[in-house]
Amino acid sequence: MVSESSEQASPVISAPSVVDARTSSNGLRAIAGFGVMAVMLIGVGILQSWSLSIAIINLSLVSAIMALGINVQWGYAGLFNVGIMGFAALGGVAAMLVSVEPVQGAWAAGGTGIGLSGLCVGITVLLMMAIRRAMAPGKGQRWLLFAVLLIGLVITRSVYLPSVEAIERFDPARSGFLGGLGLPILFSWFVGGLFAAAGAWMIGKVALGLRSDYLAIATLGISEIIIAIIKNEDWLTRGVKNVSGLPRPVPYEVALQRNPAFVEWVARFSDGGQEAVRGASSLVVKLSYTGLFLTVLLLFLWLARRAQRAPWGRMMRAIRDNETAANAMGKNVTRRHLQIFIIGSAIVGVAGAMLVTLEGQLTPGTYNPLRYTFLIWVMVIVGGSGNNLGAVLGAFIIWFFWVEAEPLGQLLIQTLTSGLDAENVLRIHMLQHASHMRLVLMGIVLLLVLRFSPKGVLPEQVRR
Amino acid sequence: MDILNALVLFANFILVPGLAYGSQLALGALGITLVYAVLRFSNFAHGDTMAFGAMFTILLTWWLQSLGVSIDPLPTALIALPGGIVMSMGLCLVMDRLVYRHHRQVKSAPVVYVIASVGVMFVTNGLVRFIIGPNDQQFSDGTRFLIRARDFKAMTGLNEGLSIKLTQGLTVLIALVCMLALFWFLKRTRTGKAMRAYSDNESLALLSGVDPQRIVLITWLIVATLSTIAGVLYGLDKSFKPFTYFQLLLPMFAAAIVGGIGKPAGAILGGFVVAFSEIALTYAYKKFFRYLLPEEHQPDSLMQLLSTDYKFAISFVILVAVLLWRPTGLLRGQS
Repeated sequence: MVSESSEQASPVISAPSVVDARTSSNGLRAIAGFGVMAVMLIGVGILQSWSLSIAIINLSLVSAIMALGINVQWGYAGLFNVGIMGFAALGGVAAMLVSVEPVQGAWAAGGTGIGLSGLCVGITVLLMMAIRRAMAPGKGQRWLLFAVLLIGLVITRSVYLPSVEAIERFDPARSGFLGGLGLPILFSWFVGGLFAAAGAWMIGKVALGLRSDYLAIATLGISEIIIAIIKNEDWLTRGVKNVSGLPRPVPYEVALQRNPAFVEWVARFSDGGQEAVRGASSLVVKLSYTGLFLTVLLLFLWLARRAQRAPWGRMMRAIRDNETAANAMGKNVTRRHLQIFIIGSAIVGVAGAMLVTLEGQLTPGTYNPLRYTFLIWVMVIVGGSGNNLGAVLGAFIIWFFWVEAEPLGQLLIQTLTSGLDAENVLRIHMLQHASHMRLVLMGIVLLLVLRFSPKGVLPEQVRR
Repeated sequence: MDILNALVLFANFILVPGLAYGSQLALGALGITLVYAVLRFSNFAHGDTMAFGAMFTILLTWWLQSLGVSIDPLPTALIALPGGIVMSMGLCLVMDRLVYRHHRQVKSAPVVYVIASVGVMFVTNGLVRFIIGPNDQQFSDGTRFLIRARDFKAMTGLNEGLSIKLTQGLTVLIALVCMLALFWFLKRTRTGKAMRAYSDNESLALLSGVDPQRIVLITWLIVATLSTIAGVLYGLDKSFKPFTYFQLLLPMFAAAIVGGIGKPAGAILGGFVVAFSEIALTYAYKKFFRYLLPEEHQPDSLMQLLSTDYKFAISFVILVAVLLWRPTGLLRGQS
């Protein structure tokens, strides 16, 4: 009855002594899990369309990489990062900034101004850091910091606002922003990781000392701020006007359709008519993306595996399992957590860049926390937190149901209300809103897994 | 120098909206801080619990309106409120029984409770959207204004008008009544004292014979009441849209933490701090300065510190600032 004070709680999902026996059965489970998903995806391909099936696979791969990043943070450091959306957005912005051509007129109009305001911000921050280091903490220091901040803000604004206006006034219908670097878009995946890592460093410095649910609130808030900035700073990202027509790493369908060699190749498998060629070109393009994404995913999985078996991985798990002992041994736990936070967020950033590449456009308006942040967490928890392969499997399972819940839900409600006639208000209402039931479904899945199978489908494998 | 006009402008655009929004945030933050104090986790489902209670109130209001029931000049929603509260209580108790009770029994880590509350948030959000749809819903009736701007101008002869909506006045009044009732309950009744004891030191409270099941039950009942009232007041004042309630989660958390989480007085203080900051920092003070400054110094630009798009960012920046400089909040709540 009397509850003891809670000890330093490592995530309840990991209990090494019990999980030890499961290492061998995990391999079988993984194969079974992925096998089932493969069957279902083939089923979708046959029953609905192959295009849809491959589209699901592509987005599952992107979500799998995001889930992997989160799993690294949760499994290795027990960090509850609810700011996934923000890091994915940073990656997406990187994809845009790297690949879009620079807008010369805008640079001429406001480029120097932006540079100057950036300089002002940098100087203010450096001054503040210097004051913190030089002066003793106290009222005097706080007032000086505040004064420097205020003056810095005022000066920066006076330079910033006119240049922003100038940039946005330049050809607003087609650009109205600075543009990018015009480099190949595949390079932006790496840059996306860097952007996200930089963001994670700043956030981590501020928020990592906090208790787990404070960290959740802090990261949620920061991701909202990042999205707000991306939506409003038109001079950088065109805001809600979106940047479309990003260059592709794979051929265009139209180019394939016009290529005689391709048309010949299609004629070998079908009647060679217009529709067959069109369908084939779309499939080939999608499959090329699948190939690229799969390569990145396998690369990350391999890196994670190597890290897990290395001394660094063992140290991280040891810190997670007993932070007090780690502290006593002299390990700087906060620094290690920061490392993990940066690495995990960088992975999410790469996935964000990949997503924008797949869509071919940057649409800040589509970043919403339910779809990005919380759905990814459901994937991690359901798949098996602490197990990277589990996070990937979870991504496939959850994304599949997220997409298929709509047609399946419609089917279900149609059968349930088949007794009612077509004009019945209730039936019409239920059919219209069937898509919202998938939120309920996701929530129930998460709650059931948390309660009955907290280790997920693929529990964590303990390596000694 | 036209001080009166400047003051009326300030009252109309900052003071009155700030008081109304602050009361709404304060009521919401009270719910969050109570759950944190007694159940010891951050309830991410709180915004959607507000939406759920507000949704049922709206449905009842529409039904009452269709029957022709009206308490003009007051909005009909006030009669429907108890019905919404009862349904919200039902939701909270069901969720506690199905979800949180298990985790209490196995003594899960705090972060697991938060993830569970995310699951509850999904379910509640989906249910609200399924039942009432994701769009804006209007359900307010009754008189709109306590004082109209032009009546005020006619009465006082000033250039600036002050308009106070009935819903704004109702919000402040009802929030005040709720806060007083809550404080009376916590300070004067035995159950309230038991709740405070349980929140301060669980082991000692249990040793003194406090029944934890009852405490948890009462907490959820109070949280359901406060969140429904907050949700309905917000919906009457602005409008009801399920997504907005999820977005409100951040300012409410900011309010609870800024004031000192675990302390009801902190939630109220935090609510007003966040509300006034949001409004005051994004207001364009051009006209204000025009009234106060002499001719030569009148400003040309809008004199707006931050664009209104950054309203939510402000509450968060305040939160981060408080977490860095005074982690236990202004009134030094639980850590």
